[in-house]
Amino acid sequence: MSAVRIFVPVDAAAQSVGANEVAAVIAREAAARGVTIDLVRNGSRGMLWLEPLVEVETVAGRIAYGPVAADDVSSLFDADFHLGGAHPLSLGPTEAIPYLAKQERLCFARCGVIDPLSLADYETHGGLAGLRCALAMQPQEVVAEITDSGLRGRGGAGFPTGIKWKTALEQQAEQKYVCANADEGDSGTFADRMLMEGDPFALIEGMAIAGHAIGADKGYIYIRSEYPHAVATMRRAVEIWHAAALSNFRVEIRMGGGAYICGEESSMLDSIEGKRGQVRAKPPIPATSGLFGKPTVVNNVLTLAAVGDIMANGAAHYRDFGMGRSRGTQAFQLAGDVARGGLVEKAFGVTLRELIEDFGGGTRSGRPLRAVQAGGPLGAYIPASRLDIEMDYEVLAGAGAMLGHGGIVLFNDSVDMAKQARFAFEFCAIESCGKCTPCRIGAVRGKEVMDKVIAGEDRESNLALVEDLCEIMTDGSLCAMGGLTPMPVLSALRHFPEDFGRE
Amino acid sequence: MSDIAALPDLLERCREICAQHGNRPDALIEILHAVQAERGFLADDALKGIAHALNISRAEIYGVVTFYHDFRREPPPAHIVKLCRAEACQAVGSEELARHAEARLLGHPSVALEAVYCLGNCALGPAAMVDGELKARLTPAAFDALVETLEAKA
Repeated sequence: MSAVRIFVPVDAAAQSVGANEVAAVIAREAAARGVTIDLVRNGSRGMLWLEPLVEVETVAGRIAYGPVAADDVSSLFDADFHLGGAHPLSLGPTEAIPYLAKQERLCFARCGVIDPLSLADYETHGGLAGLRCALAMQPQEVVAEITDSGLRGRGGAGFPTGIKWKTALEQQAEQKYVCANADEGDSGTFADRMLMEGDPFALIEGMAIAGHAIGADKGYIYIRSEYPHAVATMRRAVEIWHAAALSNFRVEIRMGGGAYICGEESSMLDSIEGKRGQVRAKPPIPATSGLFGKPTVVNNVLTLAAVGDIMANGAAHYRDFGMGRSRGTQAFQLAGDVARGGLVEKAFGVTLRELIEDFGGGTRSGRPLRAVQAGGPLGAYIPASRLDIEMDYEVLAGAGAMLGHGGIVLFNDSVDMAKQARFAFEFCAIESCGKCTPCRIGAVRGKEVMDKVIAGEDRESNLALVEDLCEIMTDGSLCAMGGLTPMPVLSALRHFPEDFGRE
Repeated sequence: MSDIAALPDLLERCREICAQHGNRPDALIEILHAVQAERGFLADDALKGIAHALNISRAEIYGVVTFYHDFRREPPPAHIVKLCRAEACQAVGSEELARHAEARLLGHPSVALEAVYCLGNCALGPAAMVDGELKARLTPAAFDALVETLEAKA
């Protein structure tokens, strides 16, 4: 009998709840029982409340068990779980679990399915088809295909990817660059991390395609240092990719230094150049003068990871998902006080309520939901009464909110929104790069004024001051850090005035 | 740690690490990470050695070192607990946990508490990074158990 393939995720989140111990015990127990297994450390399927989620490959497909603790392993073997046997922890066929079955996975199609560092696995599951397709085309045709797909930047700004690539392609320069922004600093987001740990070649393939499209043979992946597992996986993936000589595109990994601002593209470029990560004034935009002053495409991890699928299956296939001007799919991340936290890739147009209730299952604590912060620390707080909003760049913007990087953080009724508003300023004060005054000084003053509001000191005039300060930060900041810090502050004040002592 | 850092070969070692990075000034952050990973912190001599190898001023390196939260100018404690203080963890009680942790580790000889803003474990908070290992769903009791494990190691 051939070896049974057993999958135990190597994803950092899975490790944080004991996946490594489970893997070790499974290996030990299998050896003791004389069962031949092929233990694969896959990425996460994104059903994080079920981690460690162990899967077994059977003739009837993959069967899932979870959450598995090291102590459960012996009883799992007693139940012949390696043959798909029944057990209280059995979740049935993985793909039939509603959380997964109801998703539309394009970008994350392979994540959790394959061995992240097996190029053969990657290719078997559709990898490299997009690159081969792109290399057989002229750069202009690749750019046209990406433009037609309607793909927009998944880092938060939502800028059309095809237009960015076209600008870079049109520049005359002896050297151009493709930079992947993997400085995923927004609280409530972990999709970049999951992808880099679970399907790293998808990112590299996307970069190689971008390189061909704009005429760049060199790329950098800038990963935050808070993600050591992702850094290690990407480093190995890059070595394997280079050794396979799939194209002339070369990639270098750069690890950040723990500065949130380096997720802003121009700060990131300065950081890759070995400098303080300070924001650059625009223009010039990176597509004309970016890294080392050369034309540079900077894209988020998820933007680049979507490119392979678009090239392989065609722009129309991707464009057919979504609504309005938001085409394709978005990786939403359910976080905070959520019962079923994890990654949900759905076409644009899904409502916040579907994500929170159907997928997330409400709060983990069981307390009533009060507020949701969508789009990271710079995103708006949305009250529980307004969950029927569709997830779409324009719809959210029209409601004074934003999609950001797709993070959705649930807060229960114990949250104090005045404190959350104060925290938005505090975070900005800690993480501001210091280059522009509205952000550097405004954040500190905002925190101080919010302290007075919370202490009940001269509330109305201090709140008027907060609103005034927010206007200056919005209009006068050099980048989105200072420019969007007012969004959580003002949305909290607008939707939850009672927490600020207003009726 | 301070003994190691004071070893006379620090300057030489910095030159070697810089050479491994092609003495490229743009690799400065990678170089600083490499030196700190080996020595625990960035002593004055490390800055001097790197400045010399990359042919940039010590002031420039100082500017970079002080900009990024990751870099240390002093010897590190034996163990570091980085507790996530960002919104997704706040939503599941990280501020209460932080108050507990601060009280528990006040004046602790070998375990230091630091704040971090997001570890990417936002569905399983409160999260922490303990000597490089990611932790999930921390409670005050789980935190105390963690500290005891670290104390036993020290």
